[in-house]
Amino acid sequence: MLKTFSLGGVHPAENKLSAGKKIEVLPIPAQVSIPIAQHIGAPSAPVVNKGDSVKVGQLIAKSSGFVSANIHSPVSGTVFRIDNVLDASGYKRQAIIIKVDGDEWDESIDRSQELKKEITLSPEEIIKKVGEAGLVGLGGATFPTHVKLSVPPGKKAEVLIINGVECEPYLTSDHQLMMEKGDEIMVGTQILMKALKVDKAIIGIENNKPDAIEHMSKLAAQYEGITVQSLKVQYPQGGEKQLIDACIGRQVPSGKLPIEVGAVVQNVGTTYAVYEAVQKNKPLFERVVTVTGKSVKNPGNFLARIGTPVTALIEAAGGLPEDTGKIIGGGPMMGKALASTDVPVTKGSSGILIMPDEMSKRKETQPCIRCSKCVSVCPMGLSPYLLMTVAEKAMWDRAEEEDVMDCIECGSCSYTCPSNRPLLDYIRLAKGTVGQIIRSRNK
Amino acid sequence: MSTLIISPSPHVHSGDSVKKNMYGVIIALLPALAASLWVFGLGALIVTVTAIAASVLFEYLIEKYLLKVPSTISDGSAVITGLLLAFNLPSNLPIWIIIIGALVAIGIGKMSFGGLGNNPFNPALVGRVFLLISFPVQMTTWPKPMVNIGTYLDATTGATPLSIIKEGLKNGDKLTDLLGKIPSFADMFLGEMGGSAGEVAALALLIGFAYMLYRKIITWHIPVAVLGTIAIFAALLHWANPEAYAGPLFHLLTGGAMLGAIFMATDYVTSPMSKKGMIIFGVGIGVITILIRVFGAYPEGMSFAILIMNAFVPLIDRYVKPKRFGEIVK
Amino acid sequence: MNVVLITIITLSALGALAAVILYFVAQKFKVYEDPRIDQVEEVLPAANCGGCGFPGCRAFAEAMVTSDDISNLYCPVGGADVMSLAAKIVGKEAAASAPQVAVIRCNGTCDNRPRTNTYDGAENCTIVATLYGGETGCSYGCLGLGECVDACHFDAMYMDEKTGLPVVIEENCVACGACVEACPKDIIELRNIGPKSRRIYVSCVNKDRGGPARKACSVACIGCGKCEQVCAFDAITIKDNLAYIDYDKCKLCRKCVEVCPTDAIHEINFPARKPKPAAKKPAAETATDKKPTAAKTAAAAKTEAAPKTESKEKPAAPKAEKKETIAGEVDQKKQTEKKTPAKDERSAKKSGLSDAKDKPEEK
Repeated sequence: MLKTFSLGGVHPAENKLSAGKKIEVLPIPAQVSIPIAQHIGAPSAPVVNKGDSVKVGQLIAKSSGFVSANIHSPVSGTVFRIDNVLDASGYKRQAIIIKVDGDEWDESIDRSQELKKEITLSPEEIIKKVGEAGLVGLGGATFPTHVKLSVPPGKKAEVLIINGVECEPYLTSDHQLMMEKGDEIMVGTQILMKALKVDKAIIGIENNKPDAIEHMSKLAAQYEGITVQSLKVQYPQGGEKQLIDACIGRQVPSGKLPIEVGAVVQNVGTTYAVYEAVQKNKPLFERVVTVTGKSVKNPGNFLARIGTPVTALIEAAGGLPEDTGKIIGGGPMMGKALASTDVPVTKGSSGILIMPDEMSKRKETQPCIRCSKCVSVCPMGLSPYLLMTVAEKAMWDRAEEEDVMDCIECGSCSYTCPSNRPLLDYIRLAKGTVGQIIRSRNK
Repeated sequence: MSTLIISPSPHVHSGDSVKKNMYGVIIALLPALAASLWVFGLGALIVTVTAIAASVLFEYLIEKYLLKVPSTISDGSAVITGLLLAFNLPSNLPIWIIIIGALVAIGIGKMSFGGLGNNPFNPALVGRVFLLISFPVQMTTWPKPMVNIGTYLDATTGATPLSIIKEGLKNGDKLTDLLGKIPSFADMFLGEMGGSAGEVAALALLIGFAYMLYRKIITWHIPVAVLGTIAIFAALLHWANPEAYAGPLFHLLTGGAMLGAIFMATDYVTSPMSKKGMIIFGVGIGVITILIRVFGAYPEGMSFAILIMNAFVPLIDRYVKPKRFGEIVK
Repeated sequence: MNVVLITIITLSALGALAAVILYFVAQKFKVYEDPRIDQVEEVLPAANCGGCGFPGCRAFAEAMVTSDDISNLYCPVGGADVMSLAAKIVGKEAAASAPQVAVIRCNGTCDNRPRTNTYDGAENCTIVATLYGGETGCSYGCLGLGECVDACHFDAMYMDEKTGLPVVIEENCVACGACVEACPKDIIELRNIGPKSRRIYVSCVNKDRGGPARKACSVACIGCGKCEQVCAFDAITIKDNLAYIDYDKCKLCRKCVEVCPTDAIHEINFPARKPKPAAKKPAAETATDKKPTAAKTAAAAKTEAAPKTESKEKPAAPKAEKKETIAGEVDQKKQTEKKTPAKDERSAKKSGLSDAKDKPEEK
């Protein structure tokens, strides 16, 4: 039976141009730039210096706080420099630049391909190992996984939800991962279930991936406690709160985390990385990235090492098309437009979408006609038209009253608005300003 | 390759536009237009064409010479105002009165507040009520249905069902007797009754409603709330005293109930932004309409009811919020 | 007649009753306010701009009356005159404070700082600043969308269409600080107006190293340190590849302006420089040819009436001065070498920095 979330949502054209394309291993570039801020939380502290030689999987930056993550070298070679490099944030931030030499892996990593089902570690050991491996949420949010798995005292996890939804148009990396590494994802799910001490896991997959639903359902039958839930194709089905609402019918209250309703959500990519980290001692240093776009010659899913410049990915997909207007890191609804192709792939890079010129320009903004379509589509039940107006007038206390901080920035409102109003632009401005006001108030 | 374009997300758009919605409403009004031509003939045609032309012209002139802003007549909203204004007028109204009505509707009802999106009151109704109060005689002489196809100002006139019932009940006649003097419900459903040009054909209006629902231009909330409240309130009164109060079907099919509920109350700009608010809005309109019809001085109260509730919309929007995520925790 | 009489009597009685009730209620709920608050409010400019840090002139007047020490209270709109009047009313000492003006510390015009991408989104500087570094290679510079202009309540700012930068109208600026708050890149600063309205400042906030900074903008501060070396009053500090002039220490000698290789330092409202004596090299001749042109434009700009704006002076002059610098560098070096032999040692020690300038393409 198809389930879905309670409020709002839109259905943009799916355009899964790279669906079914097998994961291709991208050749290792000559040089990688690894930003030290690839995750939510404090940037990591480098533990290597200029001139050091490193191996694949070696720790190069250490977690610098509770909410932070380790970073491991994706290549073997020599540290060329630690310098400010333009990354997907739009600004230059500190990165470790490594000149590649060969492909020598750290000895502790098990490179064999056989499936290892037995889980020998205890829950605490699993969480520790996940943290050591530098795992972060690969759905795009990049929240450090070991922090998410550490249930705060007083709260209890009841169910694990694996996010195989991939609701963003164009992106197919999670889909392909499920088709090719289904077993590993199942074992990864069991590892996570053990770490959270739950006996129930639901893998949510959107209905536009029937082959994945079938494949994963067959596999799930062989594993204790795991079920597959097919979900209506509705954006943002993959949003954490919406997914929990759809799968178990509970709504995370305003301002609280999913653990409040006993749920923990992890992306399938993260789950696969958990399997690799716990069973094969492999830290996180590569991920599947979808390269796609209407004019792209060879859209596909590529396994790329962290720090690879985006140019290499575009080359592998057939080169930058002539009519390129925008290059988007991520999907078209929440992805970030890149100012240059020299930006490196990071742990959060789910896809590179190249948009042709004619699709890249926004239409002219008109006054609000009060059609209330933005209110109808908002998955959080907010009033985007009002939030934009109060943000334009700098009425921050009113914005806070209208729960602007609950916005998940999905973009459904701007997508729908018949007057082409930049609703999300101003709502983000309000969130930033109100967030700062709240932080300074709580100090 | 020219320089890259950078913009904040989202990077795709549904393709919806103000124009698409406005033209969708115009298409939804076409069955009612056809019905009005069939029932009232030439008069309806002249009134409709005059009202639309005058509305568009006034919007163009005001924007170009008074406000000095780019023209917005291509978005279709002036056409709708003209069309709906025409549907609210008797089909033998002189041209000069229609033009005044259009001037008030567009000039005062819409442009004086800042153009599309800024007006608190439904512009077509502002024009209509202005005319009703300024020209009460011309605005309440209704051409007879079906017999005035080729006539305009010289149409033969007769009373509308609403005024027949209202006058009769005031004189003390029994309802059952009065019902014999008005067309049957079946005839009224098809539009064969006296009234304003566009309000008579319930069937045509309902077809338009279905079309707008299909195109996702409006949702069901306001029309169902208005008509439902009218039906329930009328039913209660009728049940209390069957000879003094007309029943729900009568009130639904006569006057501007259908037109008002489906096309006037659902105007984007002047209706609430949340579903809960829309229901409250609709209930308010229904209650006030029946109160005016039954206890008030006018036989028809829909236009006033909508304008009164329009005034409450900012208050409704301020305190009635849409359903929030996170309110239900099972 | 009776009716009229009764009406008059009744209404008068009601009126009198109401007056009595209101009098007693007013007395019971009376709030005592120091009458000096009203007096101070009288002398304040009544702009209610918030530049003093208080919500409105009345709140400032209250603070003036109730605070024991008013040395940190200052009304930028009224300035020293209003402060001394108000201080007299409350019988306290007002702080002496120099009049200030808003200064735009960026000269990244459309000509100086080429565009590398196109922004297509809501036209608001803060929104762009949270998204990325802007349409040029300099991620610190002005974004040109005018949030500062919108924030100004005194009509003291406007966007120059040609340069893409905001311009401060000195006559109208009251140094309330609204534009400083509004700018998400911290480009605008309140600096002393200076004697005869003369002031000198570094018109750049770029913290990148010299190479990338110069690549992005031809008039960027590259942090070479020449200005720091030449300043005899320790007014200039270099931090994060960026020079900063302390306006309290600056004595307006203009030496830093002369030595800056990228023309990043601006001098405002100064008279034309005396043309230098002709040197032997032909390159120097072209330098002297160009100097009078620069002097003419500077003089012409200065003798212009009322709202003289900074940008008018600068874009006209830099092109001329730029060419002059390249040709006249030799000239200036000779001059500084002649006049300040002591500084020679310093420049020799700091040769590393001048090396940075010679390799603009360093990555």
